[in-house]
Amino acid sequence: MKKTYKLVDLDCANCAAKMERAIAELPEVKAVSVSFLKQKMSVELDDESIRDEVMDKIVKLIAKVEPDCELILK
Amino acid sequence: MTKKQKKSLVYILIGLALFLAGLFCRGYVRLGFMLAAWAVTGWTVVRKALRNIARGSVFDEHFLMTVATVGAFALGEYPEGAAVMIFFQIGELFESLAVERSRRSISALMDLRPDSAWLWRDGEAEEIDPDEIRPGDILLVKPGQRIPVDGVIVEGDASLDTAQITGESLPVQVGQGQQVLSGCIDLSGVLKIRAESAYEHSTVARILELVENASETKAPTERLITRFARIYTPAVVLCALALAVVPPLFDGAWSQWIKRALSFLVISCPCALVISVPLSFFGGMGAASRQGVIIKGGAIMEDLARIRTAAFDKTGTLTMGVFRVEQVDEAAMDREQILSYAAGAESMSSHPIGRAICAAVSDPPTDVRVLREEPGRGVAAEVDGRRVLAGSAALLAGEGVAVPDVHADGTCVLVAVDGAYAGMIRLADTVKSNASGALSQLRDLGVRKTVLLTGDNAAAAERIGGKLGFDEIRAKLLPQDKVAVMEELLKEDRVMFTGDGVNDAPVLVAANVGVAMGGVGADAAVEAADVVILNDDLEKLASALRISQKTVRNARQNIIFALGVKLAILVLAAFGIASMWLAVFADVGVAVLAICNAMRMLRAK
Repeated sequence: MKKTYKLVDLDCANCAAKMERAIAELPEVKAVSVSFLKQKMSVELDDESIRDEVMDKIVKLIAKVEPDCELILK
Repeated sequence: MTKKQKKSLVYILIGLALFLAGLFCRGYVRLGFMLAAWAVTGWTVVRKALRNIARGSVFDEHFLMTVATVGAFALGEYPEGAAVMIFFQIGELFESLAVERSRRSISALMDLRPDSAWLWRDGEAEEIDPDEIRPGDILLVKPGQRIPVDGVIVEGDASLDTAQITGESLPVQVGQGQQVLSGCIDLSGVLKIRAESAYEHSTVARILELVENASETKAPTERLITRFARIYTPAVVLCALALAVVPPLFDGAWSQWIKRALSFLVISCPCALVISVPLSFFGGMGAASRQGVIIKGGAIMEDLARIRTAAFDKTGTLTMGVFRVEQVDEAAMDREQILSYAAGAESMSSHPIGRAICAAVSDPPTDVRVLREEPGRGVAAEVDGRRVLAGSAALLAGEGVAVPDVHADGTCVLVAVDGAYAGMIRLADTVKSNASGALSQLRDLGVRKTVLLTGDNAAAAERIGGKLGFDEIRAKLLPQDKVAVMEELLKEDRVMFTGDGVNDAPVLVAANVGVAMGGVGADAAVEAADVVILNDDLEKLASALRISQKTVRNARQNIIFALGVKLAILVLAAFGIASMWLAVFADVGVAVLAICNAMRMLRAK
């Protein structure tokens, strides 16, 4: 299933691309798309039951790639 | 301006003041002022650079900017070191403002969400969240507001802007008792509306869901440029390194070559490139959505721009699904008489065919007594005292009428008067008035082949397809046959398929680009389609193609422009013609111009 999240203070297109690349390398993530223009990220997982854990990992990854950017977990 | 942008502006202004003060000093005082200006504007850049190095990514524009400016200081070019950092920050701020602005204006085009609703209760309006609306609530809508949920007008009249919901470009007049769709904007007049649905089930919520959850397949061009950005920075840095080391080995002018190499580092940031391409696509999608065309992602725009074959479903897509008298085969009577008797016999009928015959006669007979109606076969009636049969050959034969061996294909009504065959009325589904115009527009946009796919019989398909000038007509297709034909077409070229959505989902998926027409009604089709046209105007297809082609062109312009300028500056810097100042201006200028160019997409039609 695919879920969409909001990103706050994502302010460089190249960083968005870096972020997307880093997240795509997580084995649990089936597909990810970071849209700099929409300031949104959609994450598709095969196994929905582990979404919380995966999202934790993603939050950490984002903090590493772009410390100013914050992911809003609804 | 966001808080972050304001903060950045303050740093820039302080830095600029220190820089100007420094220009009037000499020696160590000058160095002091310039270092201070550099530190005030650049500390965020340095911080990011350090953080990235700690993570092992050296080829980061912040790090490179730090190296370039520190290098300038080391070479004794104090003003240069400070100025480049200041201009880099001004550029970043400018870029961020421009992107923010364009993002807002494009998002505004796609955002149909009503902010609030006014609940009318006991003579007073109370502001509530659209989510809280329950069916049956009476809502007040004032000029300038969006209608929050689908409903019926109970009081007032107004003109509505329905463009984003139905694709209709002219304002629509509505009045009491009429149905209105959510998302339309009230242009004039206060309305009271009885809600017919909750917000989540209303038209606007469904369109928004479609726009937001459209699978975000990025355009190949965008992916290409992101991949390119990954190698661009390291490549430029390696060139800079070579430039700093190799030539001085021969001429010994170390500081001159290092200075030139530092200019290289300034233009190593790929941001202008990375931002301009998706911004073009975003702008294109915004422009399309203003026309009532929803395109699900940049990849689809790129496909649309290169469509060569356009395949269509017939009924409901090219035709309105409304019948019309096409031709009358005269036998014992002439056209007028045949139609008149048939219209008399059908005058009580509610069947679309019967209605079409009645519509073809201006003054139908009134002395009518319907004797018998046989569903699927026809009518027997007494018209002006004569016994009329109107229907299939089987109906006439059943009544003992000698029916000549007529070529009864398509939709036909045979007419007999007083037991003798009088003639035959041929009917056809009405072709949409702009179908042929839309097809010729598509041809102008590079479509080389048009194909008609239909489940109807060959003759009916031929009549409509021939009239519209289709290159290929495939008739008598069952739904699974349509997929097979589509696969055949796909072998030759890129194919777009347009259908009204009923039973078309597999074909929509099979085609390179599947277009569903007629709004968000049919769930399966909307899900399966790549493009959804909110009304059933065929000319919007041409709009979708045109906008896509313009978008792809726009993105391409940006790539060529940004790369061209960067390359030119690299060459100029290598020969010592372009200074670090020019390099930083070029970098910022390219980004801003590319953003401006992408914004032109908003006006595309």
